[in-house]
Amino acid sequence: MTEQVEATREIGVPDRGLVLLVGVSGSGKSTFAATHFAPSQVISSDFCRALVSDDENDQSATTDAFDVLHYIVGTRLRRGLLTVVDATNVQSAARASLVRVAKDHDVLVDAIVLDVPESVAVRRNENRPGRDFGPRVVARQHKDLKRSLRSLRKEGFRRVHVLPGDEPGDVRIVPQKPWNDRTDLHGPFDVVGDVHGCATELRTLLETLGWVLQRDDDGRAVGAHHPAGRTAVFVGDLVDRGPDTPGVLRLVMGMVAAGTALCVSGNHEAKLVRALKGADVQVRHGLAESLAQLEAAGEPFRSDALAFMDRLISHYVLDDGRLVVAHAGLKESYHGRSSARVRSFALYGDTTGETDEYGLPVRHPWAREYRGQATVVYGHTPVVEPEWVNNTICLDTGVVFGGRLTALRYPERELVHVPALQQYYEPARPLGRPAADREPTALTIDDVTGTRWLQTEHAGKVKIPEENAAAALEVMSRFAVDPRWLVYLPPTMAPAPTSSRDGYLEHPEEAFAEYAAAGVRHVVCEEKHMGSRAVAVLARDEATAARRFGIADGSTGVVHTRTGRAFFPDGGELVERLRVAVAPLFDELETDWLALDCELLPWSAKALGLIKDQYASVGAAAHTALPAATDVLTAAAARGLDVTALADRVAARTVNAEAYRDAYAAYVRPTDGLDGVTLAPFQLLASEGRTLALTESHRWHLERIGSLTDPLITHTRHRYVDLTDDDQRADAVRWWLELTAAGGEGMVVKPVEPVVSAKRVQPGLKVRGREYLRIIYGPDYTDSLDVLRRRSLGRKKNLALREHGLGLDALARFVEGRPLWSVHQMVFAVLALESEPVDPRL
Amino acid sequence: MLLTLTTTHRPATDLGYLLFKHPDRVQAFQQSFGTATVLYPEATDERCTVAVLLEIDPVRLARSAGRSTPDFSLAQYVNDRSYAASSLLGVAVADVFSTARSGRADSRQALADSRIPLEITIPVLPCRGGPPIARRVFEPLGWHVDASPIALDDRFPDWGASRYVRLTLTGELRLADALNQLHVLLPVLDEAKHYWQSDDEVDKLLRSGAGWLATHPDRELVTRRYLGRRSSLTRVALARLAELDDVTDELEPTEAEEPPARRRPLNAQRHEAVLGALRELEARSVIDLGCGPGAFLHVLVREPSLTRVAGADVSTRSLQVAARRLHLDDLSERQSERISLFQAALTYEDARFAGFDAAVLMEVVEHVDPSRLPALERVVFGAARPRAVLVTTPNREYNVRYEGLTGMRHPDHRFEWSRAELQDWAGRVATAHGYTVELRGIGDVDPDLGAPTHLAVFRRD
Repeated sequence: MTEQVEATREIGVPDRGLVLLVGVSGSGKSTFAATHFAPSQVISSDFCRALVSDDENDQSATTDAFDVLHYIVGTRLRRGLLTVVDATNVQSAARASLVRVAKDHDVLVDAIVLDVPESVAVRRNENRPGRDFGPRVVARQHKDLKRSLRSLRKEGFRRVHVLPGDEPGDVRIVPQKPWNDRTDLHGPFDVVGDVHGCATELRTLLETLGWVLQRDDDGRAVGAHHPAGRTAVFVGDLVDRGPDTPGVLRLVMGMVAAGTALCVSGNHEAKLVRALKGADVQVRHGLAESLAQLEAAGEPFRSDALAFMDRLISHYVLDDGRLVVAHAGLKESYHGRSSARVRSFALYGDTTGETDEYGLPVRHPWAREYRGQATVVYGHTPVVEPEWVNNTICLDTGVVFGGRLTALRYPERELVHVPALQQYYEPARPLGRPAADREPTALTIDDVTGTRWLQTEHAGKVKIPEENAAAALEVMSRFAVDPRWLVYLPPTMAPAPTSSRDGYLEHPEEAFAEYAAAGVRHVVCEEKHMGSRAVAVLARDEATAARRFGIADGSTGVVHTRTGRAFFPDGGELVERLRVAVAPLFDELETDWLALDCELLPWSAKALGLIKDQYASVGAAAHTALPAATDVLTAAAARGLDVTALADRVAARTVNAEAYRDAYAAYVRPTDGLDGVTLAPFQLLASEGRTLALTESHRWHLERIGSLTDPLITHTRHRYVDLTDDDQRADAVRWWLELTAAGGEGMVVKPVEPVVSAKRVQPGLKVRGREYLRIIYGPDYTDSLDVLRRRSLGRKKNLALREHGLGLDALARFVEGRPLWSVHQMVFAVLALESEPVDPRL
Repeated sequence: MLLTLTTTHRPATDLGYLLFKHPDRVQAFQQSFGTATVLYPEATDERCTVAVLLEIDPVRLARSAGRSTPDFSLAQYVNDRSYAASSLLGVAVADVFSTARSGRADSRQALADSRIPLEITIPVLPCRGGPPIARRVFEPLGWHVDASPIALDDRFPDWGASRYVRLTLTGELRLADALNQLHVLLPVLDEAKHYWQSDDEVDKLLRSGAGWLATHPDRELVTRRYLGRRSSLTRVALARLAELDDVTDELEPTEAEEPPARRRPLNAQRHEAVLGALRELEARSVIDLGCGPGAFLHVLVREPSLTRVAGADVSTRSLQVAARRLHLDDLSERQSERISLFQAALTYEDARFAGFDAAVLMEVVEHVDPSRLPALERVVFGAARPRAVLVTTPNREYNVRYEGLTGMRHPDHRFEWSRAELQDWAGRVATAHGYTVELRGIGDVDPDLGAPTHLAVFRRD
């Protein structure tokens, strides 16, 4: 009896790869594609022909149509999308070019052949308009197809699925993930560096990490499990050079078989496999040891080990794409991809083909250019000390050369080492840090220019227009301090909502009302110092500067402006004095570096040029012109001319002008170098391991700062207000009136507790004094309040929120030890948003 | 905001006929930027004074008109337009006295055609260049000039003088000439903030300047300052850096101050020396890193042996000037393939820097903070790695030969190197990146001090 029930045929296709439909005209490819794939996944040659010629049957447009088709297919594959090509593909040249596109994007390619009888295809074409090319064309295509079917499997396809008969039958398409896709595993992981036959050190390392070894009857370690359910990941190069390659293999093979470990292939496994299979390979670099040891271990172990190593794949993508492990590392565009060159990169690195003076291959420093989100962990190149380079780390610490065996605990990002018991093998070149690979500070122009959307934790998605980036590039590269010191730039701050109170543009009640409406109960009112905004970044000493900031020129900190410029030509002395002033905080916070947000006083210390050019100039003009005008009007009045209204206006403006002159003069104090300069810190931004600006209340910040007693520090007067208490609000308004009457700039109102969840709440609102605003809006602004009240604060508020979030992201990234480029991107974005756009086009 | 004009011609009240403004009336004239009031504080037979008082509300203008206002500074809330006799006052005077300016006086035509004693007082005149410029501009026209500086702030005496002067002009001139001169010369002295220029501005200048400008010994200065530069307000990013950006020209001495032996400007000698070195190196493609406004690019594009020329600079403003200088917009397809120009910073790695036979850094490194030099070295010598790198930079030792030079040759220079310092740096960079270096000088060599400019030629084999 034969089975009559036709089972559903499952066709597995690579889920981020390419599928070619192959079949003569009229074989039902388009129907098949429409049935089994989403419309956007299918690119047909007819469609592309129509795109470039308005006629899907215009054969003269075929060359251009396929250019377009290749472009679309290539773009989709680059973006990791399953793509189906609906074209006859009966000729090998047509297929070869598409296979090439797939290889260029390092994805797998399958073919699905609809092998319908020629007569069926001819009949279908006869019934379709526009397909009047007759049976001869189909016959020729059919002949091509028959010829193709013999060679198809050798053309580079992962699989060729042939569907014979009139209809494809009951088919189900199953997208298959590549072997390297283990994004479903979330660890936690212990990633282990190159072992090279150092079995004793491996066992010690695993036990140090808390693993429990399983031993066979002969006492040999044949497996291990972790009580906390951790998974080990080996970066390859288990074998060669060391004393006990079989011992290492036995343990790792057991762990992999039991599912407690993953292992990628190293270049040494790849070569050992070839040797064991009898290939003619040069027996160098410790291969001889492995061959001899495996020989001694005998069968069946030798065959099992060969099978194990032969099946190792070259990289894994783990933890939802956040972790990638490959023996020699892997650039971002290769993550999760499959091709010979991806495997070659993963095994040997980005080799240039040249060799260095020790005869070892020269490798391109891919990690330096790495900008991916995924953490990449690898080995291959022995280093003395593992070091993070752009979110990648090499764990090969040369145990077989007498160094150490290293593991990385992920996601904890802790390194665990065990020392080698001895040097088992002489290194070909001294262990060291290949300088080119280890340059962590390289920023590239692509990190900052062009229009970009930044994904941030604290401001959502932020758009940085290229015009702003172009302006910021000039400021950043010409005037800002070393980007390694630049872990933060302060955001702009919005004023309180416009007041309608008589004579006032800004008033504390409006700030209180806004916060109360946003559900904030406790606010702090901080005196707004009229000085220059300053950010101080201080390391405890040179060693800290080198270790934490990568600065090795002997400087130990910076005090910079809101645009990243150093305050004084030689900022060293200010840094020195500030470090002494805030020394107690280093101890209290148990940190060896600290970033503070401050105001540098007096205003004239840094802004004297601006005061003279802008403010005093206008004052001088007013101070001279208005009395002259008064004289003229007095004389005219004496002649009996009616100039009363004009004279009154001039008199009022004279009063305003003098008030304006007093306003700027209040912020001028003589200074000589640093003499007379003080700093008023109002927030601690970050310290080792802590993004203080994000986590601590303003009460906490002001208390810490309040404990400082050094004369360099100016304290910030402040008071807390419970917004549900009318008396407290009224008291705070009185306080503000006193401050501003005494020449103060005003105050800043902030929620006491950090605002985390409600993202639209302003981090602070400035409430500036009535007289101070004369130097912002002009001496006579009080006569134009009606106009000024129409000022729109929406844009400013929006900007304040975005810049605030970007600043927090920059700090948090620096605290987390993220790569320089990723911190710099945030800092640069603040500067860009604060810059007036320039036209970058030529 | 205020200007007075007095005559002692008898009867002095005839001034009212000449100006078409009755001495006993107070008349207000609306201008797009404010109100001009004409009144006579004194009007006797012996002495008659007319005053023009201009009122401007900067807040209203800044908020309503924005960038389309007739004066850039009106876009700022805090500005001197309400107080100083700016170009706006020049416009107002020209407008309210337009008939008098044409020289027509109907009933008093003979008087209008003759010179009469005049005294003009402007209590606050913005005057870039101070009293000397005011004298230089007005004296050749027959005025006796009394220009006294106004203190910036008497409470801070060490701040010195402001950019304003109190100006009194006395002389015997035709009234129409005096008014036309004010119309042109108020904006000229106010230079920095010239009002918006329309296309007929040159016509206006020639009309108002008729009869006196063409013979003015400083007509070139007057014309240049009157027409000004079409600057752009969108540069507020750089306005923060105003102190530095105001000075973009190198403080190289002009030819007159140069040591006598020197025949060609140093700039030209630098171009010549670097071009010579490029020929020696047989470079076919060159990138000018820090090309600025494109002076050397202009030399490079005329060099037939170069198949590819690129210029990079961080300043978009400089690049726009360079693009104009190279006529980038109207090159043939073949020519434009040869030339490229783009914004870049030398402290950021940039793939566009790679693939050239030679890179030129002409007077560039000294504009980079010493702490940022390693980044530049990595970007140029480590990543871009052209076959040759040519660096020119001032020789600090030679500075003593420049009379009156204190400090460095340009306010934006972060350092200037002696020969030994250059040798240290160049040697270290060459070793670190696999280059050899040869040091030369550009300009006339002083036996003790060396040449004014260093040239370091780096080669990689």
